[in-house]
Amino acid sequence: MAELREELKEKIIEQLSLEDVEVSEIGDDDSLFGDGLGLDSIDALELIVLLEKDYGIKLKDPKEGKAIFESIGVMADYIAKNRTK
Amino acid sequence: MKKEEYYILDYCTIKNHSIFKNGNLIYSDTESETLKGFAKSIYKFLGLSYPKFHKMDNLCKLGFLASEVLIKDNVKLDEDTALVLSNKASSLDTDRKHQESIQDREDFFPSPAVFVYTLPNIIMGEISIKNKLKSENAFFISEEFDTELMYTYSKILLNTEKASSVICGWVDLDTNKYDVFLAFLSKKGKIKLTKEELNKLYNQ
Repeated sequence: MAELREELKEKIIEQLSLEDVEVSEIGDDDSLFGDGLGLDSIDALELIVLLEKDYGIKLKDPKEGKAIFESIGVMADYIAKNRTK
Repeated sequence: MKKEEYYILDYCTIKNHSIFKNGNLIYSDTESETLKGFAKSIYKFLGLSYPKFHKMDNLCKLGFLASEVLIKDNVKLDEDTALVLSNKASSLDTDRKHQESIQDREDFFPSPAVFVYTLPNIIMGEISIKNKLKSENAFFISEEFDTELMYTYSKILLNTEKASSVICGWVDLDTNKYDVFLAFLSKKGKIKLTKEELNKLYNQ
C-alpha cells in the first residue's frame, strides 16, 4: 500500500503539473482540495481520467470523486479494492 | 463620448528566445530547448510565485508572461483595464494535442486540463484572474497583426469609458513558432497612441 501511495503522489504531481510540489511534501492524510494541495475542479476531472486510464476504474457518478479524492490514503485504499489493471 | 489623448505607456515583445520591454532587451534564454522550458525560465526571471502558471498551455503562458512584464515595476492594474488580444493560429497548438488524445477509439482519454485551453480567449481569463480584472475583453483572429482593428477597438473602449486603460496586442503560437506583442494603453505615457505608433512598435 505504501508503494501505491508513493506512485499516486508521483502521478498526481506529473499529471496535474504541480511543479512546485515534492513527493515528500504530500502527506498521506493531507486534503487534496481546499487548504491542502489546493486542487481545483479541473484537477478533479483529471483524477477521474487517471483512475480509468491507469487503474481501469470507471466512476459511474463523478460526485463519487468527492469522497474518493479526500486524500492520498483514501484514494490508494479505493484503488487497491477496485482496480482492474 | 470622450475625446481625450491616450498614450502607449509600456509595451512588451517576446520573440526569438528574448523579451523586450519598451524596446529594450530585458531577458534572453538561448539554453532552453523547448518553449515550455523557455516559459519556465522567464517565470523564474520575473520571480513569480503563481502555481497556476504551470497548468497553463504554452499560448497562455506566453500571453500571461507578457502581461506580467508589461505591468512589472508599474502600478497595479485597475479592475476596468480592458483586454483586446488577437492572433493567427487561435489555440491550434493545444487543439492538436487534444485531437491526438481522441484519435484512437481504443485509447480514448482526453485530458480535461488540455481541453480547457482549446480556446484562445482563455489567455484573457488567466490575466483577468491574476489581476482581478472585471473588464471588457475581446479576442480576434486575423492573418496578421491588425493595427487598425486593435487601435479602433481599444480607442472606442477608452472614449466610451468602458475601460480606463487597455492591454491590446498579438499573442500567436503555432508549433513552437511564437510572436508576442502587448501594449498598455493609458492616459499616461510618452508615446502618443496612434495607429502608426502601434504598428511601428509591433514591427520593431
